[in-house]
Amino acid sequence: MAKLTIPAGEWMYPGHSACPGCGAALAMRLLLKGLGPRTIVAVPACCWTVIATPYPTTALGVPMLDNPIEATGASISGLRAAADVLGWKDVQIVGFAGDGGTADIGLQALSGMLERRTNALYVMYDNEAYMNTGVQRSGATPTGAWTTTTPVGPGSRGKVEAKKDIMAIVRAHHPAYAATLNPSFPEDFERKVARAKGIEGPRFFHVFAPCPPGWRYSSEQTIALGRLATDTGLFPLYEVVDGEVHVTRKGGALKPVREYLDGQGRFAHLDDEEVARLQEQVRAKWEALLAEEAPPRTVPPPGASLRPVPVAGA
Amino acid sequence: MTQLVLSGNAAQAYAVRLARVPVISAYPITPQTTIVEKLADFVADGSLPAQFIKVESEHSALMAVLGASALGVRTYTATSSQGLLLMHELLHWASGMRAPVVMGVVNRAVAPPWSIGADHTDTIAQRDTGWIQFYAESNQEVLDTVLTAYRLAEDPVVRLPVMVTEDAFYLSHTLEPVEVPESGVVDAFLPPREPRSVLQLDVASRLGSFTGPVEYVEFRRAVAAAMAQVPERLAEIEESYRAHTGRALGGMMPLYRTEDADAVLVTMGTATTTARTVVDALRSEGQKVGLAKLRVFRPFPVGEFQRLAARVDRIGVLDRSYTFGGLGAAATEARAAIYPTPHRPVVASYLAGIGGRDVTPALLRGIFRSLLEEEVPDPMWSDLAPVPGVTVHG
Repeated sequence: MAKLTIPAGEWMYPGHSACPGCGAALAMRLLLKGLGPRTIVAVPACCWTVIATPYPTTALGVPMLDNPIEATGASISGLRAAADVLGWKDVQIVGFAGDGGTADIGLQALSGMLERRTNALYVMYDNEAYMNTGVQRSGATPTGAWTTTTPVGPGSRGKVEAKKDIMAIVRAHHPAYAATLNPSFPEDFERKVARAKGIEGPRFFHVFAPCPPGWRYSSEQTIALGRLATDTGLFPLYEVVDGEVHVTRKGGALKPVREYLDGQGRFAHLDDEEVARLQEQVRAKWEALLAEEAPPRTVPPPGASLRPVPVAGA
Repeated sequence: MTQLVLSGNAAQAYAVRLARVPVISAYPITPQTTIVEKLADFVADGSLPAQFIKVESEHSALMAVLGASALGVRTYTATSSQGLLLMHELLHWASGMRAPVVMGVVNRAVAPPWSIGADHTDTIAQRDTGWIQFYAESNQEVLDTVLTAYRLAEDPVVRLPVMVTEDAFYLSHTLEPVEVPESGVVDAFLPPREPRSVLQLDVASRLGSFTGPVEYVEFRRAVAAAMAQVPERLAEIEESYRAHTGRALGGMMPLYRTEDADAVLVTMGTATTTARTVVDALRSEGQKVGLAKLRVFRPFPVGEFQRLAARVDRIGVLDRSYTFGGLGAAATEARAAIYPTPHRPVVASYLAGIGGRDVTPALLRGIFRSLLEEEVPDPMWSDLAPVPGVTVHG
């Protein structure tokens, strides 16, 4: 299959203040490459408030509106309404929020935006904890992970509860389009951005955003770690169009979850039994996803292993 | 000019239609609901071409209009009581972003216990959020004030949000004749909003941002300086409104029969109408009393109070709200305003009309009597009755 060219345009400037290896910075860069300059981005209190650099500078080549942490869904509804009043039909309205600002405190406004069918793209960049405030657990923190509020010690093994399933919550609102994206797979990423750009109505991206300081790994490992997240089945890449699920990267056997966990200090305390339990959960979820998938529109050739499959309709 | 019989809530909606507001967002709460119902009707019948964003909370209602305002369009929202309290965080955002949002607030008591009665505690609790606050006395004043509020909010030197409040039920659900100007007259008075402090498409720009201590204080100072411009700008805008519509609004604190007065009572909202009749009655009985209508609470009319203090010995301030651990809010501000002046009259704090309790002529007569003759408690909770289960220590 022909490789897709990553759009050359840059709408995020190099002078940003993200940490080295920041997945959230990559997510914004790739997103804006695909969306282009006629885009307005709303950002709540999160890492990106800081990454975008302080007044009077900005790291974005497009307009950015700050809003309080729980209000992004409402913010983009207002931006969309005004853009429509002004006749800016082609302008993409984007909410770009972290996992806490989306799946926890921002869930109500997100639900409202989806329910009232706001023609906008809501992006949750998922670094799996409150990273801007110093690594406190969020609803999106995975089971077993160390954070500053789920410490590891004699009476504690990291986060006890499961990761909140934001895609299931979003899908229950029947969005026009929903997809998972991973900056480690930029072609798949850009295909989905292009796809979402061409669809009207509420759209949602769940973007994997590795965080070197929060996950306790070395910053040059971000891309490799991101690839492992998908290839172990922990962060499967798929999209949902008209309620139909299409897995956009799959193939033969999943890699062992341990390969993903071993590189990260936040999971260093997990023993074999805990890892085995996680492995089983990942396997069950992956199989459930495959079972849910609509009949493939393009059949992978026999013997294919972990290779990209075309995004339906792209 | 057409005369219609309108509730205060309908007057808000008619004003919004006349102001040609293209983006509205609101969440229903008693007794604000008939404002948004009327606006929904106007949008549905095509007489108000607007995007009406129906949101899932008041917090989102204000955020949605701030998002729209960030692109330079005129916006409106309305709420009451708990809804306004939920908006509190975003009230600060509105002034900090210099968003000229106009909001109708139906003043209603705060829970617990639940009460839907008139009470100014909801808006008084927002006095430090950088919003200009008007308290209307009549439905006519509601309509006129909303229209002038847009001119004031969008004034280049002001650029601040405005709330136009009305007492629950006394105005919100009571019908009065209201003169509604023709749309052409309003168009001449209130041209479309000029986009300022807004995001520009295709331009690297940011609204909100973050700062260190180096710039933060200057942003706040700019808001304070804009607030200080309001009295002068309001006078000019109200004069323009009078020229277009023939109606005068009275500025920050209109006075009534205060010449040679021994005592003046300061009131807000609908208590003013009743107090005016009491002043007339007392005057006819030979008592030299007068009335000051505190129409604008933010910015506080310091100059007006200082001029009043120069020629009156006893001033009573009636707050339809309470401040635990202090005086009534307006009384506190009045004392602070008057303190630097050479002649310091008595300024007594009366709390009345809380939670929808009627402010009757008899009650107001009592307040005037106390103001003229007695040493008053500080503050004085007027019209109290024993309530089973309520223990008052002290």
